[in-house]
Amino acid sequence: MDAIQKRMLEAVADLHEIPQGAYNIRQDGELVGRRSSEHIEIVPKKDKDGIDIYIKAGTKNESMHIPVLLSKSGYTETVYNDFHIGEDCDVLIVAGCGIHNSGEGDSKHDGIHTFYVGKNAKVRYVEKHYGEGDGNGKNLMNPTTIVEIEEGGRMEMETAQIKGVDSTDRKTEARLAKGASLVIREKLMTHGSQYAKTDFVVELNGEDSSANVVSRSVAKDNSKQVFYSHIKGNNRCNGHTECDAIIMDNASVSAIPEITAASVDASLIHEAAIGKIAGEQLIKLMTLGLSEKEAEEQIIQGFLK
Amino acid sequence: MLELKNVSYEVDTETGTKEILQDINLKIEDGFVAITGPNGGGKSTLAKVIVGIYPVTSGQILFNGEDITHLSVTERAQKGIGYAFQQPVRFKGITVSDLITLAAGRKLSVAEICAYLSEVGLCARDYINREINASLSGGELKRIEIATVLARAVPFSVFDEPEAGIDLWSFNNLISVFEKMHDQYKGSILIISHQERILNIADKIVVIANGKLQKVGTKEEILPDLLCSSGTCKTLLDKITT
Repeated sequence: MDAIQKRMLEAVADLHEIPQGAYNIRQDGELVGRRSSEHIEIVPKKDKDGIDIYIKAGTKNESMHIPVLLSKSGYTETVYNDFHIGEDCDVLIVAGCGIHNSGEGDSKHDGIHTFYVGKNAKVRYVEKHYGEGDGNGKNLMNPTTIVEIEEGGRMEMETAQIKGVDSTDRKTEARLAKGASLVIREKLMTHGSQYAKTDFVVELNGEDSSANVVSRSVAKDNSKQVFYSHIKGNNRCNGHTECDAIIMDNASVSAIPEITAASVDASLIHEAAIGKIAGEQLIKLMTLGLSEKEAEEQIIQGFLK
Repeated sequence: MLELKNVSYEVDTETGTKEILQDINLKIEDGFVAITGPNGGGKSTLAKVIVGIYPVTSGQILFNGEDITHLSVTERAQKGIGYAFQQPVRFKGITVSDLITLAAGRKLSVAEICAYLSEVGLCARDYINREINASLSGGELKRIEIATVLARAVPFSVFDEPEAGIDLWSFNNLISVFEKMHDQYKGSILIISHQERILNIADKIVVIANGKLQKVGTKEEILPDLLCSSGTCKTLLDKITT
């Protein structure tokens, strides 16, 4: 691996070398490395670009990494990855996309991930997006995540996009069966003239299913963010969605939380707040000897931690 | 160490300008100085003027002989002025150990952070990784606030009503924190307080009311006047303003 690849792997997957366990590393549409493990099988799709991942029932404490790197300016792709997670599993899946675009063309990665979470299985899914490059070409990413959680299953999804992605349109759809739960934590920072749209739709179909969708974002410079979140309670369930945004400079942020109850036993809450950094927070850190800029950095870093 | 010369602070109101501080002259040398007086008398404003949060309308502030009247909050902090807020600020995501580390301005060991928290009667294990957000009570926040000022270890510290919001049981603890500071601290402490027990350990007491400096003296000179009646706020207020 060269230095750029290593840096991007570290940014999107916290990987310094080839990972332990199962992995699939893809660069500019080519396979760089793939390894199935005893319990996790990776099978390339025949009809389209992408892979099927089969995780055997009862697999515990295993992880898999599926980073994607784009380094050819102007390269665009759409990739379909399907995760079939067996009953009673407890696994960590780390995905992520890094684009290094130093040319004139727009680079684009659209990843469509579908999760079938089996009964009583637990999945932690971490997805990071990172872009860099010194050319005029844009870095574009449009991830789609579809989640089906069976009875008693649980999924925690953490997404982070902190730097360098010019435009992103994220769609997440989830359907939960009886006793299933979903936690989504989104962290987003946009700067320059970036645009980021997030769209979560969660259907709580089963009795005692629950969802918690939390987004924290910082919009700087002239960037624009749109946060849309819709939780539908179709049974006795608990749903909570929260968007908390810090706005700076000439940025704009829209937060559109929506909750729909189709059952008298559905308990749904939405919260949304947008505001600049509180002046008293800056002053407190300045009384500790930090400059205004340093104080601002500390507050943002903490907020997105 | 710190000298205020003819310091005034005015604000614009609908009916014209209002003088919050009028022609304050005060010299604070090493030791423990308490400021007391009725609510709304200008005590907290004076603290904010010293720290640099409010700019003076006229007058001069000297710190170790240097004119700091026009220096920013950051510059004054770097020169060695510390400040504990009356109402501590909450943060999302910043933890107790983050804030104490920022205050110290260097990397601290867990043992060091633990020592600062123990000073203010908090068990580090319960607090070190807690976020400084709405999940902490007012009293907990006050103690963490005091710990951040201890961690700064600067020659001049201002505390704005550190006892407010602290329960009776913890109050004794707090008094001993300040007693210890009084004995060990090399530098000066300016503390705004209404508490007799805090006034009692002060080397000098300053009474401020209606934006004016009313009296400065030792506790032997000031306390009898303040406390000769029942000691309630109303009688205190009457005493000072008449």
